[in-house]
Amino acid sequence: MDPTLVAVRERPRPPLRVLEYFLVLLRRTFRGTIFTGFLSPLLYLVALGYGLGSLVDRGQGLDGVPYVQFIAPGILVATAMQIGVFDASYPVLGAIRWDRQYHAMLATPVGVRDVVTGHIAGITLRSLLSAVVFLVVAYALRAVPSWTGVLSLVAVLLVTVAYATPMFAIAARAQTDVSFTLVFRLGVIPMFLFSGTFFPVSQLPTAIQPIAYVIPLWHGSSLARDATLGTLSWGMDLLHVGYLLLWCVLGGWLATRTLRRRMVV
Amino acid sequence: MSNPASTTHTPGVLPTGTEVLIEAVGLRKTFGDFVAVDGIDVQVHRGEAFGFLGPNGAGKSSTMRMIGCVSPVSGGSLRILGMDPALDGARIRARLGVVPQQDSLDGELTVRDNLYVYGRYFGIPRAECRRMATELLEFANLTDRADSLVDPLSGGMKRRLTIARALINSPEILLLDEPTTGLDPQARHVLWDRLFRLKRSGVTLVLTTHYMDEAEQLCDRLVVMDKGRIAAEGSPRSLIEQWSTREVLELRFDEDDLSPHARRVEGIGERVEVLPDRLLLYVDDGEAAGRAVHERGVRPLSSLVRRSTLEDVFLRLTGRSLVD
Amino acid sequence: MSLAAVVVERNVVTYRRQWIAFLTGFLEPVFYLFSLGLGLGALIGDITLPGGQVVSYPQYVAPAMLAMAAMNGAVFDATYNMFFKLKHAHTFDAMLATPIGPRDIALGEMAWSLVRSGIYVTGFLLISLAMGLVRSWWALLAVPAATLIGFVFSGLGMAATSWVRNYVDFDYIQMALVPLTLLSATFFPIEAYPAQVRWLVELSPLYHGVVIERGLMLGDVGPGLLVHAAVLVVVGSIALWVARRRLAHLLLK
Ligand SMILES: Nc1ncnc2c1ncn2[C@@H]1O[C@H](COP(=O)(O)OP(=O)(O)O)[C@@H](O)[C@H]1O
Ligand SMILES: [Mg+2]
Repeated sequence: MDPTLVAVRERPRPPLRVLEYFLVLLRRTFRGTIFTGFLSPLLYLVALGYGLGSLVDRGQGLDGVPYVQFIAPGILVATAMQIGVFDASYPVLGAIRWDRQYHAMLATPVGVRDVVTGHIAGITLRSLLSAVVFLVVAYALRAVPSWTGVLSLVAVLLVTVAYATPMFAIAARAQTDVSFTLVFRLGVIPMFLFSGTFFPVSQLPTAIQPIAYVIPLWHGSSLARDATLGTLSWGMDLLHVGYLLLWCVLGGWLATRTLRRRMVV
Repeated sequence: MSNPASTTHTPGVLPTGTEVLIEAVGLRKTFGDFVAVDGIDVQVHRGEAFGFLGPNGAGKSSTMRMIGCVSPVSGGSLRILGMDPALDGARIRARLGVVPQQDSLDGELTVRDNLYVYGRYFGIPRAECRRMATELLEFANLTDRADSLVDPLSGGMKRRLTIARALINSPEILLLDEPTTGLDPQARHVLWDRLFRLKRSGVTLVLTTHYMDEAEQLCDRLVVMDKGRIAAEGSPRSLIEQWSTREVLELRFDEDDLSPHARRVEGIGERVEVLPDRLLLYVDDGEAAGRAVHERGVRPLSSLVRRSTLEDVFLRLTGRSLVD
Repeated sequence: MSLAAVVVERNVVTYRRQWIAFLTGFLEPVFYLFSLGLGLGALIGDITLPGGQVVSYPQYVAPAMLAMAAMNGAVFDATYNMFFKLKHAHTFDAMLATPIGPRDIALGEMAWSLVRSGIYVTGFLLISLAMGLVRSWWALLAVPAATLIGFVFSGLGMAATSWVRNYVDFDYIQMALVPLTLLSATFFPIEAYPAQVRWLVELSPLYHGVVIERGLMLGDVGPGLLVHAAVLVVVGSIALWVARRRLAHLLLK
């Protein structure tokens, strides 16, 4: 019998089995999720949106957009980035080296590609869950003025995967977690602070603006901002989606390749 | 009924020794230039307990990982359950149970969830996973720890849980890589008892060990492995008969250089081995040999007569001891 | 104290291998200064201090970020690293088998936190100076004043860590740090709050640190700063006392 036929009939499909593991795990670590995924971003929104916003909005503000409405989408996708990077760092290295969950999975019919797909899906689900809660509160606070704001979840999804997959590849190569500190402090925090979360990239010195344009987070926050402010436009926003998709695909390929090299020896 | 494996395997239907489940011919594993497994031939039959006995670095784990279809074969051929690991890895793994050398239990899950989640990796329906988990907890004697996290468990409990987990898919072959290394004697005996039960219920056991007593206790048949090659093959008893004498006379001395003594007892038995702190005389009758030693004027600190073991076989085959 | 110095020395030895973590820990407040201070600051304009002095927004934020550097420097070691040593590495158990006692450990760990925090603060001050964000000679006192902030957070961090059971519990510590960072008159003045909730801000030790540093770096100095300093001394002493007792309880049971 053709083995591919057998595979098609298997239920559930192997990546879903791995995903199910991460859902079981999520139940156990829910408290942490509430904080990093929801309370912390909400605090940024309120403190900076209203507190700092009271200073920003004294002047001409940001093209007439109240500051809280400007940063709401920024914080939304920046949180997606943080969850994507963080959840694909320690947990991945741990599943290879410390707790060795991946070894356990690969001893079963589950394969390397299933492991990557399932784990990334788990991270994305958690990220979306946090984003939905954040969005509901942001709507209630009038920090999101347009009904198209719901579409910002597309940006959340893409940003999570665009960051989780390359980080997965880094973690799958790592021997220790030393490099993670570097990624967080020299990668995630600068991107969080300089890629359009808190102020338009046009405020940066002209010489370094092009750097912001290659950073996925900038595309994510631009896309999400167009959605929440109701200023979506086909051309530019499809470009953002396309660019983020590129990262997702390349990252996914890299993550699978790296994990295979690490585990299948 | 405490052993779930017996539900799927009826002992006695297939007499031991008929069906070949694992067949390796000239099997090799290399890491870069380094040869870890250097062309081994092995056949494992349904229902038997088959062992790889060898010291650290012999290539046992490398072999087991190839059989477990998680490590690609570098050369030679390997067929498991009639299939090729390179093509049908997932389908083979669906019918294997694996107890790796290093535990891969999930520290973030409870004991019960470890079993449940692992069952789901096989695509076993949820209700069935839950039922099996309960049954296997009983089998592993962990029922009262079901809702505890894995971390606080003792080494022996973790190992039992790993074995229980490997049984969740009612495997036809159970691969055990050093199942009792690092456990205290009591925990080892509990574990051996569980493995006996599995064997009686018809599960084919393939295990590695560097303990000769474990190999003697558990294995119907074994290969002695050293430096990636197979040095000898047979049942524990036949190996001892073939490669050693019936008894061994051990002579201890409180001296640094034992070679003068070795020369003086030369010829009493078949062979003399010089270890750092004692001499081993391979003889048929230990008592008689002891008298002969005395007659030659050799005065050891103490002397002891014992039966030959696989340790002696290994020493004979490789000139080194199993455990360093 | 000499035995506590040995505890410090141990940390220096381990950090020789972890200098990357050490160095990059310093960068976060610097990044914030550039991002919110300079990037966003251009949209904000000038700030009028309670004393009537008018300063640019980067000048307003820099002292707060210096206080944050002091807090971060102290907290990293007093929490995560402390927990690791306590629970996993059994560093302290090994120490207690020698003439070193819990008091030496608490003091030594705190001294080390202060060293780390002091290095961060000095670096930050130099950067602020180079960027023209320092307006007064009083800023010479910014580093000694920051030791008070380090003292408080090292004590609080150690005390809190002594109750931590596993890494998941660090979420609570993180949950405390984020609001402290955002709400302690760091990025916007306390006057931005409704009058009824200002007392809440005053509960934050970081707030008192920020007020002191801002006064020193911008030259807005008065006897009021001594009150803020006294608050830090009192809170820090209580925290250290608790930490020492808790450590003794955990290690000598
Ligand atoms: N992934 C690997 N890369 C390089 N060398 C390896 C790897 N795995 C095992 N080896 C080497 O192969 C040899 C055999 O190892 P192993 O199969 O684990 O032996 P055993 O299980 O009998 O102790 C050892 O010398 C070991 O260092
Ligand atoms: Mg091994």
